[in-house]
Amino acid sequence: MGAGHAHVLYREADSPVHRLPPEVKITAMVAFTIAVVATPREALWAFGAYALLVAAVAALARVNARWLLLRSTIELPFVLFAFALPFLGAGERVDVAGLHLSVDGLYGAWNIIAKGTLGVWASLLLAATTSTRDLIVGLDRLRCPQILTQIATFMLRYLDVLVGEARRMRVARISRGDDPRFVWQLRGFAAGVGALFLRAFERGERVYLAMLSRGYTGRMPTVWQGTAAATTGQWLIAATVPVVAGTVAATAAVLT
Amino acid sequence: MQPTPPSLDVRGVRYAYPDGHVALHGVDLTVARGERVALLGPNGAGKTTLVLHLNGILTPTEGQIAVGGLAVGRDRATLAEIRRRVGIVFQDPDDQLFLPTVAEDVAFGPANLGLRGPELAARVDEALAAVGMSEHRDRTPHHLSFGQRRRVAVATVLAMRPEILVLDEPSSNLDPAARRELAGILRTLPVTLLMVTHDLPYAFELCDRSVILDGGRIVADGPTPELLDDEELLARHRLELPYPFRPAPGRAPVRE
Repeated sequence: MGAGHAHVLYREADSPVHRLPPEVKITAMVAFTIAVVATPREALWAFGAYALLVAAVAALARVNARWLLLRSTIELPFVLFAFALPFLGAGERVDVAGLHLSVDGLYGAWNIIAKGTLGVWASLLLAATTSTRDLIVGLDRLRCPQILTQIATFMLRYLDVLVGEARRMRVARISRGDDPRFVWQLRGFAAGVGALFLRAFERGERVYLAMLSRGYTGRMPTVWQGTAAATTGQWLIAATVPVVAGTVAATAAVLT
Repeated sequence: MQPTPPSLDVRGVRYAYPDGHVALHGVDLTVARGERVALLGPNGAGKTTLVLHLNGILTPTEGQIAVGGLAVGRDRATLAEIRRRVGIVFQDPDDQLFLPTVAEDVAFGPANLGLRGPELAARVDEALAAVGMSEHRDRTPHHLSFGQRRRVAVATVLAMRPEILVLDEPSSNLDPAARRELAGILRTLPVTLLMVTHDLPYAFELCDRSVILDGGRIVADGPTPELLDDEELLARHRLELPYPFRPAPGRAPVRE
């Protein structure tokens, strides 16, 4: 039995990054992403520097590269369009491996894929080192409107619930001789998706009833031990990442 | 001096689901303070529906319920107090436990009651000690065994110092040792107990008094040994003792 609530992205470990308060990590992630997005696309070296920065944080957080790369495939459907740009783009053209490609289109594709990937990596690192509960606490401390954190809480809970149910249903399907190869799995999954939603909904309902029974009024009590508010020192430590990224972005902007 | 009001007073409670299906046909049940009562009945008898009425999650179509003299009402302040007084332990501990550590989950209820700091910590320690789970306070609930998770689920409502503890199928899915350990814990708790079950030996072991709910009505109410000795009565309501088990004449439920 896949007991309890599965952590979808959170990687349990003890590292300096895991120990940082959530609000600090959220701020660093957002600032880093802004720096990346603000970087001129021609400054290829800058993106290399960002990737190194991500790798350094990942190493510090004991998140392995395989996991990071595998999970970042989530952006594929969103950047698929970028692959068409070099063929569709107008203006100056170059020949690459026998293909006649648009320079502007190549830069456009690079821009989307590089920035998208770096953004996804930063988010994944945040998610891998911060538990769901801490993320919500962090958003709360950053004065994010209550209604948004509430929605996020429930969304994340249902996500966990769904993944758990899907896992159990998959085991039951394989046990009855379903072929677990990817494509076939999708077919079985599609057939079970209705049942999955019903079950997830029912469990979500029961979890909510159990919360209500313990006096839940739509507001998480904010008194969790061990998650004291961030100190100046912690803010400074976490600031190194966006400060380095900001410096790279500024240098790149000046140079190009 | 006024006599102590009963822990639970259910009067003429009728309930029809929104689809018109009538689940409760006028239920009367009084449980005095300190009593341990087993609520027996086959599947679909309306046991869980009745339980959800006790803390105001469902509202009776007719009739009223009072907990320790306080009538279950619709306004927030009353509901909050009612939910403190009625501690429901749901059948599936995975529905009840949703926070990253055992201690946090136990703190959820009392924190909703407004407890903070050392007072809150004391409640958590007390509740975990009562179920013998103190050494697991910082573990993740879903890494515990099923029996341990059920004990933590009991602790999560004990921490609210309820007037009455309501357990939905407490012995289900437990191995024999975990079942015996839980019985030992339940016996030592100084609270009124309402135990919903169709595990008749468990009812015999823990409760002096039993009531049988079938078809949305209380059909029998008396000392547990007497009820369990009436084979015909049990058979009429789809209840059965395990094959070789008969309450030995003269044997009373176990006492400390």
